[in-house]
This record gives sequence, C-alpha cells and structure tokens, in this order.
Amino acid sequence: MTRSKGLVGRLVVGFTGACAFLSVAAVVWIMATIIWGGHTHLTWAFISQVPSEGMTEGGVFPAIVGTFFLVVIMSLVGVPVGTITAIYLSEYVGRQSKMAQVIRFAVNTLAGIPAIVFGLFGLGFFVQFSGNSLDKIFYHGALHWAQPNILWASLTMALLTLPVVIVSVEEAIKTVPQDLREASLALGATRWQTIRKVVLPGSMGGILTGAILAVSRGAGEVAPILFTGAAYFLPQLPHRFTDQFMELGYHVFIMTTQSTDVEKTLPIQYATTLVLLLLTFTLNFSAIALRARIRRRRVAA
Amino acid sequence: MAENENDLKITVRKLNLHYGPKHALHDVNIDIRANRVTALIGPSGCGKSTFLRTLNRMNDLIDSARIEGEVKVDGEDIYADGMDTVDLRKRVGMIFQRSNPFPKSIYENVAYGPRIHGMTNKAEMDALVEKSLRQAAIWDEVKDELNKSALALSGGQQQRLCIARALAVEPEVLLMDEPASALDPIATSKIEELIYELKERYTIVIVTHNMQQAARVSNDTAFFYMGRLVEFDATEKIFTKPKEKQTEDYITGRFG
Repeated sequence: MTRSKGLVGRLVVGFTGACAFLSVAAVVWIMATIIWGGHTHLTWAFISQVPSEGMTEGGVFPAIVGTFFLVVIMSLVGVPVGTITAIYLSEYVGRQSKMAQVIRFAVNTLAGIPAIVFGLFGLGFFVQFSGNSLDKIFYHGALHWAQPNILWASLTMALLTLPVVIVSVEEAIKTVPQDLREASLALGATRWQTIRKVVLPGSMGGILTGAILAVSRGAGEVAPILFTGAAYFLPQLPHRFTDQFMELGYHVFIMTTQSTDVEKTLPIQYATTLVLLLLTFTLNFSAIALRARIRRRRVAA
Repeated sequence: MAENENDLKITVRKLNLHYGPKHALHDVNIDIRANRVTALIGPSGCGKSTFLRTLNRMNDLIDSARIEGEVKVDGEDIYADGMDTVDLRKRVGMIFQRSNPFPKSIYENVAYGPRIHGMTNKAEMDALVEKSLRQAAIWDEVKDELNKSALALSGGQQQRLCIARALAVEPEVLLMDEPASALDPIATSKIEELIYELKERYTIVIVTHNMQQAARVSNDTAFFYMGRLVEFDATEKIFTKPKEKQTEDYITGRFG
C-alpha cells in the first residue's frame, strides 16, 4: 500500500475512515443505550414473571417462552426442509445444472422478499386458506384453525428463514471431499447410503450453523408474526398449536406504541430489548464460531 | 493370449468413451486374466484411469460421460440394462490414487462396506475386520488402536487401510488407480509386496506411472496412448521386445 501524502489524499483517507467508523459508532451507541437503560431492570424476577398492570410492571416470561416455542417449531420444520433442499441441490441434480440454477434463483428471491410480505402471505395462505380448509374438513366450519396461532406463525417464519438454512447446509455439503463419496460408492453403497453415512455426518456443523442462524433471524423478526399468531397481551403460555403467543420483538413494538404510561413502561422496554439482543447475539456468535471451526477443518483436510 | 476362456475375468470389446465432445477412449479391446496383475501404463491423459473406471462404472458419476461397447465381468455385460451397480461394485472393488479413509475409526472404516451390505453380527464383523486388516498387511500396526481415527495414520498406512476396507466387501477384482503415487519408497514397496500377495486370490488391474513398478508387480501390461490401447501383452514381452514403436519409445523414456 502506498501512502498518499497530499492534502487531497489525507482528506480521502479521513473521509473514508469516518464513514467506516459510522457502523462501529452505531453498534456502540445502540448497545450502550440499551444496556444503560435496561441493565438495572434485568433481574430474575423480570425474566420469570408475567407482565402486569397494563404492562407497566412485571416481567416478560410469556414472551420469552413464546419466542422459544416459535423458534423451536420453526426449526423443526425449516431445518429438515432446508437440509433436504440443499441435499437435492448438491447431491442429486448437479450443482451447475439448469434445475439447480432455477431453484437457487428461487431461494435467492425468497431471501429478498420483505418480511412484512411473508406476514401477509402467512395470513392469506396459512391462516385463511389452510385454516379454513382444515376447519371445513374436520370441524364442519367451526373456528379452530382459521385464526392466528403459533403454528401458522412458526410456519411463516420457517419460510422466511428457509434460505438461510439452505445456503449454510449447501456450503457445508460442498466441504465434504468428493474422494469420500467415491470411496463409499466404490464399496457398493447406494447414493442415499452415501448421503446418510458420509455426506450428512460431514455436514453436521453446517446444518447446526444454519439452524442457529435461522433461529437468530427468526427470533429477531416481528413482521411475519404480526398477523399470523403474536398476541398483544396473553398471560398464559401457549399449550396447543391453535393458541396465540407473546413474543419478545412484538412485545417491544407493543410497549413502544400502545403504552398507557410511558414513564413506567420505559425501563421494561429497555430490559426487554436487552433480552432480545442478548438472545440473538448469543445465537449469532455461536453460529460464527461453529462456522469458523468447520472452515478450519476444511483447510486442515 | 487367451489360452483358456475360463481364465478370463474381464473382457472388453470395442469400448468407446466420450466426455462431452472429447473422445477419451477409442475402440478398446482387452482380455484381463483372472488371478493375475494387469498393469495399465501410458503418459498422463492417455485414458488409462478413465478405462479403469469403466470397469466398475465409476464414470457413471460424471454426467457428460457417454459409453459404447461391451465390458463383461465373468461373461456378464456390466453395461446391460438392469445391471445393478451396487452388486457390480461389491464384486469389483477400487483403490484410489489419494488414500481416502472416512473420518471415522479404523474399525469403522473397514466395517463400512459389510455394514451397508447388511452384516450386523458383531462377532462376524470383528472377524472380518481382522481378516481384512491382516490381508492388507496392516493388522500388526493397528490391532491395539482400532478405535483410533483413521486420519491419524500415516499416508502409507491409510492406503493399506483403504485396501483392507475394499477387501472387507470380499470382491473378486481390485482396481487400483496409482495406489502408491503419493507414497514414499518404503510405503510403496509395502504396497507392492501386498499386491504380489493379493493376486493369489484377486484379479488386480493397476494403473501406474511408474515403469519399474509395472515391471515388478504385473503379469500383463497394457500400453495406452491418446485414448487407444496401443499394445497389450505379457509384461516381460512389453518390456523386452515390444512390437510397437510407440510402446518402445515410451518404456525407454523417449517421451511421456
């Protein structure tokens, strides 16, 4: 690198540096504000209690549990579907085939759709179309499934996070050496046996990374669950697929816009945001650490 | 050269192979004798490895590969409709240029083949693993650490483990694609001794770049050049009185 000496050169360096510093400043600012505002309120009682007094007191326990159920159901659906898609893309159709390109284009497009559109799609497809169909077939039209609930919200979220899973798993499958597939096939294994016993065990880290990234993305999104299952205030926990649920991100949104007493809500809101951030950060960092481990292993192999 | 039809393990007639527009094998005809070592020699890109991989249909994995002609193993056309590649590859095992043990234990590597073919009995499996490792002349080195990762072995040990893994499926033919090219001279000589012992029980086809190796281990030698089988004869004839000028030039080191 050559160092520019003139005034213009120094100005350019200063300006580009300042721009780059913006993101650092933004992160520090956001984190500082939230930790400063929320840390005093983040107690065990806050985590373990139900909101009370019109959400001006109490904790966020139902929102934590709701978020947990949401991401668990979402992962149980999204991770297998995403993994199977990635297997199909890399093991069955050939990475450069027309078919793979079409599917990959669809996956990328899916990744680019705004979250609110997923929310509307979930409302139209899951809540109304699927819900009404189920009610007609099984309940003579009585209302059971044709309303927002945790299952529809989780499925909508699974759809949103599907690209994340597909991309991570495909990347991991690529790191399984072709030599090992050939070794397995040459021993008389079928393609499926080779996938099950060689390719999938070799991609476990990637599948796990994909799942964590999907969970962290899903835990942070509010728009997809707005119309498909999140509840404004619901002290009891969901225990059926047809129940609505509270969720951390949505809870922050509600407290921001619907509070009856802003002064009293503010510390709770900070603390809730802090819980949400801690959750997504922990998940993101563990995904990054896992991926780094997989990369190292690939280099070593 | 076929003194007796029953001695022939593999017969190939008018075999042609294309990779997309590239014509990689031209009208190859060859008779491979049972319980002999047949060496395939020739310069890089001459088609010897491609030919080897037609014998257990590993070229099926390459989408652009197109094959015409006939390859018979024990009189059965392996490219006929309804041929089960799983069954074929059980009978025709393969050792690769780069040793490729699975990232599993030594035991699990050897047990992999029998297990996918349905063996579940632990005692039977133990016996088969031991027998295979003995046959591959690596038992004494690994018998106390069968649960250790195969990746912890040296290169030469890994290659012998891969041979044991192939033997555990109890094949009749072993295809070897330059099995010693990545190994040091001591490991190489161990592999060569092993090949010499294995030919008692198996039909071996080996691709090699190493002329001395071909001369040392093989009974018959086939010389490939630019996708054609130029000459095929008993090894001593190929190395002492080749009929073709191209063969002579190659083995005397004038090209390649």
